[in-house]
Amino acid sequence: MSDSSLFQSLMHSLGLGHSDFNGGIHPPMHKITAAQASEVSPMPPVLIVPLKQHIGEACIPLVQIGDHVYRGQKIARADAYVTASIHAPTSGKVVKIEDHRIPHPSGMGLPCMFIEPDGHDTIDPACLPIVNWRENDPDLLRERIRQSGIVGLGGAAFPTFIKLLRDRHHPVHTVILNGIECEPYLTNDHRLMLENTRQVIEGMQILMHVVQAQKAIIAIEDNKPDAAEAINACLSKQRLDLTVEVRLMPTRYPQGSEKQLIESLTGKQIPAGKLPLHVGVLCQNIGTTKAVYDAIAEGIPLTERMVTVSGDAVPKPKNLRVRIGTPMRFVFAQCGLEDFDDIQILHGGPMMGEKLRSADIPIVKSSTGILAMHTATMQSVHKHEDPCIRCGHCSIVCPIHLVPNLLADHCRNNQFDKAEDYHLFDCIECGCCSYVCPSNIPLVHYFRYGKGQLAQLTRERRFADESKARSEQRERRIERENADKAARRQRVRAETKPVLDGKNSTENDGDAS
Amino acid sequence: MAILSLGGFALVAGIILAIATRAFHIEGDPIADKIEDMLPQTQCGQCGYPGCRPYAEAVASEVAEINNCVPGGERTMIAIADLMGVEPKAIEAEEAIPMIAFVREDECIGCTLCIKACPVDAIVGAPKQYHTIITDHCTGCTLCIDPCPVDCIDMLQKPELIEHWSWPLPDTQRSRIGHQRRESHQHV
Ligand code: SF4
Ligand code: SF4
Repeated sequence: MSDSSLFQSLMHSLGLGHSDFNGGIHPPMHKITAAQASEVSPMPPVLIVPLKQHIGEACIPLVQIGDHVYRGQKIARADAYVTASIHAPTSGKVVKIEDHRIPHPSGMGLPCMFIEPDGHDTIDPACLPIVNWRENDPDLLRERIRQSGIVGLGGAAFPTFIKLLRDRHHPVHTVILNGIECEPYLTNDHRLMLENTRQVIEGMQILMHVVQAQKAIIAIEDNKPDAAEAINACLSKQRLDLTVEVRLMPTRYPQGSEKQLIESLTGKQIPAGKLPLHVGVLCQNIGTTKAVYDAIAEGIPLTERMVTVSGDAVPKPKNLRVRIGTPMRFVFAQCGLEDFDDIQILHGGPMMGEKLRSADIPIVKSSTGILAMHTATMQSVHKHEDPCIRCGHCSIVCPIHLVPNLLADHCRNNQFDKAEDYHLFDCIECGCCSYVCPSNIPLVHYFRYGKGQLAQLTRERRFADESKARSEQRERRIERENADKAARRQRVRAETKPVLDGKNSTENDGDAS
Repeated sequence: MAILSLGGFALVAGIILAIATRAFHIEGDPIADKIEDMLPQTQCGQCGYPGCRPYAEAVASEVAEINNCVPGGERTMIAIADLMGVEPKAIEAEEAIPMIAFVREDECIGCTLCIKACPVDAIVGAPKQYHTIITDHCTGCTLCIDPCPVDCIDMLQKPELIEHWSWPLPDTQRSRIGHQRRESHQHV
């Protein structure tokens, strides 16, 4: 083991072969939908569009109930910096704006806009393509990407334009297209690479132009050779004058995690708290790249995405092109699933996805896939947690080199400061540790609990500090006011005294004036 | 000779120590500062002192008990017990759910009495204008309720934000047992 890794690092330092990330697992892939062409989902009777679908602040609605909207029309504006605007997924009428459940593990809701499609799907006449984008200013293209509401479609939903900001000190030399898709069941990026090869490649060129990179790597897991072939064929047909390299990567979860992929490709580890930018790399997911193409070359903002509908409870699993806001119940119905008794719904893949409590939740920008599993298969795997036997499996598979069993102990015992010392916040919640643990310890769940509690403590501490500052400020103000009042009283007394005392206080006269 | 050199050494050390106490002199009471940092700064006065700072000072000088801060709850009490090196003590009052004050504006007569009562300046308004409470600044201390002559201030449960939601502990027996053990341990 150590011999081979030594050999690998030697090879890498000599510029031969490529390095790899630590740990990882090989779960059964269940990529049932990989060989099947995607379909376009019909329009549901009503679209439920959440007004916040990204990390960051919520958006402010721009239209009112009763208004008619076009497809691609901006319906909610992003004011804060880290946000992405929301666009109408089709043309129709805004029927109401109210709280509705969103795909979130809490089962809580957020303001959503309900749009009744008019059946014409008319695109907003204001949506114009930037045809000659090659001659255009990168900043203008980036602004268009920002205005088009594009976020990372791999699940994190981080606004894309922020990753595209150029930094004088850290120029980006390589764009990496992440076509790994290492989560079991999910095949939406795979289908995009096969069916929209040209668009994905043009999207990549746009990204390279925006960050002024000279080189691109398209990374694909070696269980998708057809995707690599399609991309190679398309590249040779276009005879691009760019350096584009297609790399087949060994199939291993979590190969597609951004930092792990970059480590595998470049041999560079991104230190905790740093970004890919700091090693000169921009990493984008396939779906996001296609969305960038749509926004620039077609002029259509992000209103639709590819969703894998799968799981052992779905009779006809498939990939569907779904408008944002389509209720999951409607999407599952396209795949033959109507009855949700004894069925668990997962949003995202089985490793990192979140359990949802109902099917009446809309598809959002971050919905890579929706899985329906029989409760029996899910078996609430982690109901019976046994004591840790210190086998060390969890540490071996952890791609971040953490010690999951110790971390979980600290989280369980509410020793959050210790958990932080053991780098709790570096955990990417990939789930490898929980997957291999022979004692069935829900390790990741403990980490999520610990992270939440720490965030809560930080918030409370900040609020306490602010309250203290406010109270001290108030006390100073009151003191000042009292001092002023006392001074005024003294002055008034000094002025009035000679009058009251009459003639016998001649000395005071001089003082008072 | 030995006496001389030892004496000389002692003299030098004494001088260094004297200088050090001057140079590193700490203003105020460091223990009170530490306790104050643990308190939630609600400034509610439920501990019987007119604010968090006075309570911290009273605890530091061992005048007050360590378990009088209701909003701080068990966590704060245990932190103070740890710092003071004393046994934890159960909190008698029930654990409070976070609240905020809310002015029913159409009933407010603009008397400014609540503004004067608020310890963190969270109420804005001018005489004869109705007042309103900055939700993000309100600590939920309830000090504005009594002064209001028309009773137009309500205490409402602090709204839960989806961004502030956090994962509960896993629902497994071990996690529950661990939790119970922790709780009972804290109450001894
Ligand atoms: S979930 Fe966190 S601790 Fe567990 S293997 Fe993944 S990164 Fe490591
Ligand atoms: S894999 Fe499970 S049993 Fe083994 S050391 Fe990690 S937590 Fe303990």
